[in-house]
Amino acid sequence: MAEDALAFDEVDVSYLVRGTPRTVLRGLSFRIGRGETYGLVGESGCGKSTAAFAAVRYLPRNGAVTAGRIRVNGQDLMSMGQRALRSLRQTAVAMVYQDPGRALNPSIRVGQQIAEVFELAGMEREAAMAKSAEMLDRVRISDPQRVMERYPHQLSGGMQQRVAIAMALARNPALLILDEPTTGLDVTVEAEVLDLIEKLRLEFDTAILFISHNLAIVARLCERTGVLYSGRLVEEGPTRSLFEAPRHPYTVGLLRCLPRPERRKKTSRLDTIPGFPPMPGAAPQGCIFTARCALATERCRREEPPLIDLGGRFSRCHYHELAADLPRAEAVQMAEPLVPSPSGPILTIDKLSKTYRVGDQALKALREVSLDLEAGETLGLVGESGSGKTTLARSLLGLTAADPASRIMMNGRTLPPRIGARVPGDVKALQIVFQNPDSALNRSHAVRRLIGRAIAKLSGLGGAALKQRLLALTRSVQLPDRYLPQKPRALSGGLKQRVAIARAFAGDPKVVVCDEPTSALDVSVQAAILNLLADLQASQKVSYIFISHDLGVVRYLADRIAVLYLGRIVEIGPAEQVFAGPHHPYTAALLSAVPDISGGHGARIRLQGEIPSALGPPPGCVFQTRCPRKIGPICETEEPALSEAGPRHAIRCHIPPAELMATRD
Amino acid sequence: MSETSAAPTIVPEITVAQERRERLAQLLASPTFLIGLAIVAFWSACAIFGHSVVPYDPYADDMLNTLLAPSREHPFGTDSLGRDVLSRVITGSRDILTVAPLATLLGTLGGTVLGLFMGYSRGLLDEVVSRIVDALLALPTVIVALLALVALGTSKMTVVLVIAFGFAPIIARTVRAAVLTERELDYVAAAKLRLEGPLHIMFAEILPNVAPPILVETTVRLGYAIFTVATLSFIGFGIQPPSPDWGLSISANYGLIGGGYWWTVLFDGLAIASLVIGVNLLADGLEGVVNG
Repeated sequence: MAEDALAFDEVDVSYLVRGTPRTVLRGLSFRIGRGETYGLVGESGCGKSTAAFAAVRYLPRNGAVTAGRIRVNGQDLMSMGQRALRSLRQTAVAMVYQDPGRALNPSIRVGQQIAEVFELAGMEREAAMAKSAEMLDRVRISDPQRVMERYPHQLSGGMQQRVAIAMALARNPALLILDEPTTGLDVTVEAEVLDLIEKLRLEFDTAILFISHNLAIVARLCERTGVLYSGRLVEEGPTRSLFEAPRHPYTVGLLRCLPRPERRKKTSRLDTIPGFPPMPGAAPQGCIFTARCALATERCRREEPPLIDLGGRFSRCHYHELAADLPRAEAVQMAEPLVPSPSGPILTIDKLSKTYRVGDQALKALREVSLDLEAGETLGLVGESGSGKTTLARSLLGLTAADPASRIMMNGRTLPPRIGARVPGDVKALQIVFQNPDSALNRSHAVRRLIGRAIAKLSGLGGAALKQRLLALTRSVQLPDRYLPQKPRALSGGLKQRVAIARAFAGDPKVVVCDEPTSALDVSVQAAILNLLADLQASQKVSYIFISHDLGVVRYLADRIAVLYLGRIVEIGPAEQVFAGPHHPYTAALLSAVPDISGGHGARIRLQGEIPSALGPPPGCVFQTRCPRKIGPICETEEPALSEAGPRHAIRCHIPPAELMATRD
Repeated sequence: MSETSAAPTIVPEITVAQERRERLAQLLASPTFLIGLAIVAFWSACAIFGHSVVPYDPYADDMLNTLLAPSREHPFGTDSLGRDVLSRVITGSRDILTVAPLATLLGTLGGTVLGLFMGYSRGLLDEVVSRIVDALLALPTVIVALLALVALGTSKMTVVLVIAFGFAPIIARTVRAAVLTERELDYVAAAKLRLEGPLHIMFAEILPNVAPPILVETTVRLGYAIFTVATLSFIGFGIQPPSPDWGLSISANYGLIGGGYWWTVLFDGLAIASLVIGVNLLADGLEGVVNG
């Protein structure tokens, strides 16, 4: 029998932090057979990446494997000398990281970078270049010769990741480690890269360790999956049965956190996992999940369960047979759902355009976008990078001035394009929750000051009244008081975003723009933040413009959805209809690109090529270069108008809505 | 919905005071910083208390004991007027350690304000001031200072002002560069969205975040200031006699080296060198902690 490609045997890894060793992986054991794809999932800080680095003995300077054995291809990694280790990394293992832009050398042409791998193996220059072209061809790059002449920065993110994968596979390694390989990519590009990995898996007999926080992707790609929690493997088994019938409360909780199609803000809240994961390196007595587990008993607090064999799968839970019945952690009380009032729109955007000057060229980031927003309504704004989502948000808020012909009206009054010219009341009424709290919260100020100052300036309160309002506000965003004297650095991602939300609500806004507020958060934290936003909307009667690339998230929160492509609205309508169809071909592609947790998928629509640059948008319909349903020359010459596809539902396509509906599958 | 209910937390809770203490501990663990601190502290102590501990009056001539070689009575020897060199080296730190830090401080203040305005407003102000700054940076500091001192007359105050004026553009450039990256961060947009004025945004929001590089730049500048003051004194436009200032002493005595009276200049030279090295070590240590 052949050796396992990778085997971890009771491995401990610890980091030395300020003189104290913190154990971040404890007794980790798993094995990946030859040609097998193994998924490792878990939330941030659980030790996924540490496991990946340990597998090639490439831990940071302050980290060390303190116990256990790691074997690659049957060779013991721990007893290897530097030279043997180097040759192993050169031939047997390859790794692909999250950010391809940083993994490729920016000053060496792509072809040469790949060729180096072959040259190291003793190949001649000519032959190496020929092999490189062949590798690029195998990762489905259509014009290898041209790509080889390019520098990495001249390629898009999806292309870069493909090049990185080509380099990794160049030596036909026994083990390929993929650490969140699609996390930074757009959904349609992500879908393409995942397709590629799926195909390559069959072509090469390489074993894959696939690390991701995205359960749906793991469900699609991996044969077996391990769930990591706080450095401990809590459950492992064949992917399908693990996700269909999880046997550990943590896995159950994680799966429930995912926004599902049937969940809508009006009828229910999302499940969350209460509490926080323990601090990395903490070693509580008993089961590590006790503090957050609704099934926990005295026994769980006392003794840690072993990894129990359930016949081909394992669970580290005393009560694994009860896991599926884990009581649901849902909001206790749900605020009365808010019915958008038909009193006329609170916000109207009319032909909003924004043109940037790049040299002597015009970059049209937004082109005549028109929409309106009812009081208490949520408009979901969906699109990939470069679609103009963020430009729309910034123009609305007056942070960048829209083109002169654009009009933004609030309560029937036209707002000046720049924030400086707007009256204080209008500025207060229109607030934002930024995507990245690290940039949005001033790192020099304590939480108390961050929120307090916003209250003071926006509601004019002072003294005791301010203090009272501050406490009420932090309570409404469920931020414990003890964080008030701390700086943002000391807060977790979810807590930081709560501070940002509290700040946005300090002046009783009417419209809050949420710019991908959960894109950097773990699923359980994301669910809590989405619930919070839904609750706040119900209690404060506020309207949201919710920007996201994640359709699942948008589906939960949005009443209406607008789909943007290259600065154009290509489809807008009530959420149910946008999901049900008829779809714009782009919307259809977006919907089918979302990985499904059940592992199955309907007919997949894959887009060819990359999003064109807004500097030189294609003539006619902006989507024609990638459209799988292009009907002919009319698409290249004439831009379609937004045409009615149902009540308040419009699609920008030459194909009539009835036909779009009919041939949907 | 009770993400916040359980006891263990993922992040170590660090209060503002704790963070400060941690930074300080990091500084005090850096040998570079400690050595620099020791040297600067030594000369500062000399500047403050030197006059009351020296064995001889640094100004007192003793025409019977001129140019004595180092001995038990005069460990560093005596100069051409019979003054005790040790006493003069110890007390000689006072003038330079008032003029140089004062000049650096003034230059930093001016440069910081200028840099904040340039970086935050960008536009025409930035464009114009940047060109002026570039022009100023092209001129050699000592020559400009010299001309200015000739025109304005020599006094400690003019030396301070002239050096400060020379440093402000350099500091301004550092500050401007830091502000340019900060102003693009969302917290600046957030401040605008709660109706903060530009002054508040510049001084209360951005300034605390650009303070660390300013602190490092200031310390580096202090080293240059000490050197400049010594140079100006040497050529007669800085500290004026009868001060026991180092640069001045070297200037008065360097003609004697040929006669073998090396002790009249060596110790002043070493003093200048050690102080500049000390300040630079301080700057290195600070930079190490600031830039992680």
